[in-house]
Amino acid sequence: MSSELPRHREVGLTDEDVLAMYEKMLLARTVDERMWVLNRAGKIPFVISCQGQEAAQAGAGFALDPAMDLIAPYYRDLCLVLIYGHSARDELLSAFAKAEDPNSGGRQMPGHFGDRQRNILTGSSPVGTQIPHAVGMALASKMRGEKSVSLVSFGEGTSNQGDFHEAANFAGIHKLPVIFFCENNQYAISIPVKKQIACENVADRAASYGFPGVVVDGMDAVEVYAVVKAAVERARRGEGPTLVEAKTYRLVPHSSDDDDRSYRSREEVAEARRGEPIERMRSYLTSVGLMDETKDAELRAKILAQVNEATEYADKAAPPDVSTLMKHVFAEGGTETNGRSTIH
Amino acid sequence: MAVRQFIEAIHDALAEEMKRDDRVFVLGEDVGVRGGVFRVTAGLIEQFGEERVLDTPLAESAIVGVSIGAAARGLRPVAEIQFADFIMPAVNQILSEAARMRYRSNGDWSCPIVIRAPFGGGVHGALYHSQSVETLFTHFPGLKVVVPSSPADAKGLLVSAIRDPDPVLFFEHKRLYRLIKEEIPEGEYSVPIGSAKVRREGDDVTVIAYGLAVQFALEAAAKLSEEGISTHVLDLRTLRPLDEHAIWESARKTGKVLVVHEDNKVCGVGAEVSATIAEHCLFDLDAPIQRLCGPEVPAMPFSSVLEKEYMLSADKIANAIRTLARY
Repeated sequence: MSSELPRHREVGLTDEDVLAMYEKMLLARTVDERMWVLNRAGKIPFVISCQGQEAAQAGAGFALDPAMDLIAPYYRDLCLVLIYGHSARDELLSAFAKAEDPNSGGRQMPGHFGDRQRNILTGSSPVGTQIPHAVGMALASKMRGEKSVSLVSFGEGTSNQGDFHEAANFAGIHKLPVIFFCENNQYAISIPVKKQIACENVADRAASYGFPGVVVDGMDAVEVYAVVKAAVERARRGEGPTLVEAKTYRLVPHSSDDDDRSYRSREEVAEARRGEPIERMRSYLTSVGLMDETKDAELRAKILAQVNEATEYADKAAPPDVSTLMKHVFAEGGTETNGRSTIH
Repeated sequence: MAVRQFIEAIHDALAEEMKRDDRVFVLGEDVGVRGGVFRVTAGLIEQFGEERVLDTPLAESAIVGVSIGAAARGLRPVAEIQFADFIMPAVNQILSEAARMRYRSNGDWSCPIVIRAPFGGGVHGALYHSQSVETLFTHFPGLKVVVPSSPADAKGLLVSAIRDPDPVLFFEHKRLYRLIKEEIPEGEYSVPIGSAKVRREGDDVTVIAYGLAVQFALEAAAKLSEEGISTHVLDLRTLRPLDEHAIWESARKTGKVLVVHEDNKVCGVGAEVSATIAEHCLFDLDAPIQRLCGPEVPAMPFSSVLEKEYMLSADKIANAIRTLARY
């Protein structure tokens, strides 16, 4: 090793930070792979993946302060919500749609995150609707003179939605403390990025909203951290939003119901796998002397045990009670009961 | 007691709630410096500043979406959609997001926002400044839909809407803004959401209506009393949740029901009102339920002649009541 500081220290990450990043990435990958196994075994009906996007999410997550900064994640942000405090057990409870699932109590499909206590806004399936929500959260922060920022993530396909444009424009006008985090994984289901946008980068769009757009290698957690950290600091200083585009690659089909062989070649996917983020992080940590084969094997064994325990727990956990179907349409003591309207 | 126009009553509710609770703020197109295109928010920016009376870019989905985010952080946004006709770009935010944030998060998150929008015709607004859009929202569990017909109710219901822990759509018939004034109670008061009100007691025919149609129905009822026909008028005030008990009671009172709304008939509020009467008090009826509604055309035309043909009036309602009274 040369006398220069390792790259992660240069951007303000400690050795512990960068090891913790790797652990969260590995945990996300292991949970994700487990969900596919459970799906193929007929145990859970649906999976939507984060594979290939772990570094981007780890970089973004570590640049935020989960105690005060809010996130409005999208359905691939498994690694991000693990950094925000969810456990393998929490997400497996969601995959099995069990009552204890902290995201929705088994109401939503997997990947539809939300947890108020952990500053994770509840999300939905129509893409991009969460983008103005993050702007509204940032507006509240500004109105109250707080230092908290919000980060909203979405795919490159979603950057075509009107809500992206409307929200970015609104945030630009009011210089709101929000980070638009585009995880460009090259595909909106089957449609490649060249059929989604005519400009080279999603980040190029930021210019029209009056704030910076930054492209970053989304397979490199340390690089993403540096860029998002700068965006967070800019937002905290009251200088307004940043659009960060992390270039990644979706390593698996869109979801458990998709077959990507019909629209992309195996060679292309194999090539992308050579730059995949977990291996890159492991290799970086090894190069700076923080990781070796023994340590890596121990970490992987620890995570596997966690995921095994989580799977068993979630599988056995109780489903929601059918009597809860009608709950939470309105606040308790609200105006409708039994699915039929009545007066107060 | 102060005499206030419908529009002034709405303004007063906003001003008083903003004064009472610093979490309340208004946002929308032209609501600030201009004071709203109808002047509902006139003077608020001077009183509360531009942060709490926020002129937004012309983008309805952002107006609602940003409100949802601000509400998630504990604020109480009151969004104005300039004309109900222009709410369409925000419908995804209202139906997919606001209406189900509480349900989908298993009660963890909520969405206490109010969306105000002027609706309705009779003001030469043609196809895109006259529509009734309420039934787009009454079908969806998770939303409350309020349509006041008088200044006192407009104020009291808007106060309730702002204090409500869930999303409320508040539709203001724009023809009412300066058409009617009345004495409104002194001091702070509210009118509960989900409660209908008998506007006139009568024995021969029951008219169930909301919004401007209530005023026409009362005019018709006054005229018909001179002919010896006694009309009972129920103002729904809230379209979701419907006050079913009040509907049944009013239907039983006369046994003859006429449902009136400016919105077109098919799948309108009248269909739900008729269904609940049929389900619960069919054998109390002395005549088939009648509906007098807007015609089945996309919207009302600009031509005064065609607009008048489309619109309800006291005369049209009086004729329908007479026919039913004779049944």
